[in-house]
Amino acid sequence: MVFLFGDRDSVRRLPRLLPTQVAPSWADLVAFVGLAAIAISVVRGAHEMSEPLAALQARAVTLDAMRLPEYALLTTLRMFAALAASLLFTFVVATLAAKSRKAELVIIPALDILQSVPVLGFLTFTVTFFMGLFPARELGIELAAIFAIFTSQAWNMAFSFYQSLRTVPKDLDEVSRQFAFSPWRRFMRLELPFATPSLVWNMMMSMSGGWFFVVASEAITVGKTTVALPGIGSWLSLAIARRDMAAVAEGVAAMGVVIVLYDQLFFRPMIAWADKFKAEQTASGERPRSWVYDLFRRTRALRLSATPLLWPARLLTGIDWPRVARPAPVRLGPRVERAVSIGWVLLVGAVLVAGVALIWSFVSRSLTWRDGLDVLGLASLTLARVVILIGLTSLVWVPVGVWIGLRPRWAARLQAVTQFLAAFPANVLFPFAVVIIARFRLDPNVWLSPLMILGTQWYILFNVIAGASAIPSDLKEAADVFAVRGWRWWRSVALPAVFPYYVTGAITASGGSWNASIVAEAVSWGPQHFEAAGLGAYIARATAAGDAPRVALGVAVMSIFVILLNRTLWRPMYKFAERRLRLD
Amino acid sequence: MQTTLLGRPLVEVTKLRHVYGKPGDGDLLVLDDVNLALAENEIVGLLGRSGSGKSTLLRSIAGLIAPTSGDIAFATNPERGRPVSVSMVFQTFALFPWLTVQQNVELGLEAKGAAAEVRRKRALAAIDLIGLDGFENAYPKELSGGMRQRVGLARALVVDPDILLMDEPFSALDVLTAETLRTDLLDLWCEGRMQIKSILMVTHNIEEAVLMCDRILVFSSNPGRIVSEVRVELPQPRNRQDPRFRRLVDEIYTRMTQRGAGEARRADGLFPGVGIGMLLPQVSTNTLSGLMEAVAAEPFRGKADLPELAEDLLYEADELLRVAETLQLMRFAEVEGGDIRLTAAGRRYVDADVDTRKQLFSEHLLAYVPLAAYIRRELDNDPDHEVPAGRVRDELEELMSPDYAEETLKSLVTWARYAEAFAYDDGADLFTLDNPS
Repeated sequence: MVFLFGDRDSVRRLPRLLPTQVAPSWADLVAFVGLAAIAISVVRGAHEMSEPLAALQARAVTLDAMRLPEYALLTTLRMFAALAASLLFTFVVATLAAKSRKAELVIIPALDILQSVPVLGFLTFTVTFFMGLFPARELGIELAAIFAIFTSQAWNMAFSFYQSLRTVPKDLDEVSRQFAFSPWRRFMRLELPFATPSLVWNMMMSMSGGWFFVVASEAITVGKTTVALPGIGSWLSLAIARRDMAAVAEGVAAMGVVIVLYDQLFFRPMIAWADKFKAEQTASGERPRSWVYDLFRRTRALRLSATPLLWPARLLTGIDWPRVARPAPVRLGPRVERAVSIGWVLLVGAVLVAGVALIWSFVSRSLTWRDGLDVLGLASLTLARVVILIGLTSLVWVPVGVWIGLRPRWAARLQAVTQFLAAFPANVLFPFAVVIIARFRLDPNVWLSPLMILGTQWYILFNVIAGASAIPSDLKEAADVFAVRGWRWWRSVALPAVFPYYVTGAITASGGSWNASIVAEAVSWGPQHFEAAGLGAYIARATAAGDAPRVALGVAVMSIFVILLNRTLWRPMYKFAERRLRLD
Repeated sequence: MQTTLLGRPLVEVTKLRHVYGKPGDGDLLVLDDVNLALAENEIVGLLGRSGSGKSTLLRSIAGLIAPTSGDIAFATNPERGRPVSVSMVFQTFALFPWLTVQQNVELGLEAKGAAAEVRRKRALAAIDLIGLDGFENAYPKELSGGMRQRVGLARALVVDPDILLMDEPFSALDVLTAETLRTDLLDLWCEGRMQIKSILMVTHNIEEAVLMCDRILVFSSNPGRIVSEVRVELPQPRNRQDPRFRRLVDEIYTRMTQRGAGEARRADGLFPGVGIGMLLPQVSTNTLSGLMEAVAAEPFRGKADLPELAEDLLYEADELLRVAETLQLMRFAEVEGGDIRLTAAGRRYVDADVDTRKQLFSEHLLAYVPLAAYIRRELDNDPDHEVPAGRVRDELEELMSPDYAEETLKSLVTWARYAEAFAYDDGADLFTLDNPS
């Protein structure tokens, strides 16, 4: 999500709203129950193997500025490891969903729900789970941290890839069929290149989200044990525990440097490179540029040094997998086919029943109806916070964004800044806020709330800027000629024009805020602890106490709230914007 | 050019039939009983309206579509000891934007598993042949339309096919570029510099067909059938101004507007589908009144020769026919024997003022377009005078593909709005009776 000058069309790309239907369907319910059952099974398994955690001897993290670059590097490596895992997941799962109708029915609703689940809440259990796989070794926690980042990255990437696979241009599809491409060649020559631009864009979105998780997942407290992986996240949590403001500032600065570097050295070149895969037949006016990419293309030595990197790709493209003699598709009689379909439905039904039973047995053992009501109440509080905050930030940033967007010179510069702010993990800034709350004895119920939107409000701002700068000049001139000014100008020119962009930004901001509530509603500064009443704090507390059923309940309720908010508010707004307010 | 029928035809299509949708309920017959034999050393054109199934036939031969029934038999190429092979050129060029010209051309060879060196050599030869020297490393988006289609041609030729299939290869190009490309292709063909034995091309441009083909198969639509075969015996290069050329073009226009001998002269047989399942073409009401005015005006005065009219209005044959037949559907004009003649209603329409025109259009729309009548009836019967468009769309999708249903509804909404026959609320996706007035 970083410094994208001029790549306006991708600002609007929104794979997370892919399924167009608004009403929840049976598939959603099945997917939800299935996922909850799987999560509970994992949690149960993790519970039983939680012993080895105590035995772990992790390298101690020290607040030594000399080691900060090393920590930054380790954190970044974790990010890239998770990104690689997400890519692998994307290729396998999205391809499966695009090629098989039956798989699609399960995978797509599941992805839709997974991207609404606040995975932060599950951190404890994934840690114990991976610790069970690799007892008494750091590798377990390392993998758990990477897994946590993965869960924040994979879903929208998979969605975008699936969408690309489903929309491969018909004529190119016909060419590859006419030349009898093997499935592998089809993938390398047609599907992967076609999907690349939007996949790269979604990888960037994912990376921005990932920074937030990496900071939260490096220092994990499970029950009484705290495990810290060397990295910026642990540095910060140690600095907070010691109330070392200078160390916090150093950590924040290191984070900023890392984000600028990865953007300039990794993503910008990648975007410039991915531009050639855009399936458009005319050269577009603005092309994304990157000095690193240009340097590589212009400098012979660098180009030569980069060629070995291209070999694997070329090799992979060239591979001619021996054709698997596929057995001719068995022609089933209509009766058998019906039987298979019924069998499939029965199977899904059985999974549903078993899932419900499992959830019930798990929940009923330690939870009462009272808990459910409590959680619903707390969720409503958090919901109110999210809605009010999105409203307030919109009131501020929409006018500001329009003002900036209409001034191209400002827009180009500030766009980059806002995108940087969006990628910056806001949780590293929490300590500063906490110090202020402590100093002035402010009410945490009110003053912790802004932290939820601290990092996500920028999505609104930069989308609105993009929208305002995309207003066609003839429209602006027409408004001028007919003397459309003041409130009327806002109502009939500016607001409708930026609305589709605004919705995109607001959806991202709202989703991010829910997730952020888990760390924002309960914060510490040394021994001082502040908490706001809300679902986020509930989950955080249950996690710290290792109370699995309550974590599960909290996470499930939060997922349901996020999904409902998406379905009843954001998706209809998005559809409306797509139908009525498109300028292109 | 003399066609020589040596032994078996290269490809023989017998009793080809293609049905869209599930057999049984409201299926759409795209192709019906199509027979075709492609001999060696000839260029055959498939000419017809859009939606007449000619593209479907071409794609069936290319192996891209499995026809519902019928047979496509390829002869064996004696020199190579394998069945006759085909390759295809696409209307939209279908180039891979992320591959250079050379990589695009090499694509088919690559899929065949040719070695890199062989690939390079043959691709360069094809690029050279087709006049793309110097563009080897360019990306498609850097090329003009004509150059892109040259790449498409080179890519099709490099795999050494026996038959070249072309799907409206020049229709996405501007007039001058298309003409250059046609001439270049004909030169290569006449000089025998391409290895191909025959060309089968789809077109809706009558002049193009007469200019290039040795044989023209004229398709009727609804259902797609070959209604007549025209042999073009003129020597190459052909001259558009040659009276014999003009006569042929005229003759084909006549054949294209002729009803089949056995067919009843029903106006609603014009477009595929019957009753409310009729596919309505996207023709704006401005175009409809524009054509009526043009026919009513000098020099035609109510009756016009279609080829002349097409030239006058700079329209392509199938485009003009579509508009003309929409007028015929609504009984504003008669189309027959290559002519269009305004009916009494059509003349009244031309002479009327705006409101009367709308009134007249509304009457004809409701009387002769079954879907319009159906929706209007539903609206009248509904207590709130509202009909969800989704319901109508669902009903249409039973009878045609979702794309066609969308297009049909779109056309209808435009017409109904102009006629003020009923209104459509886009936000609520609802047909209503209230016209803001």
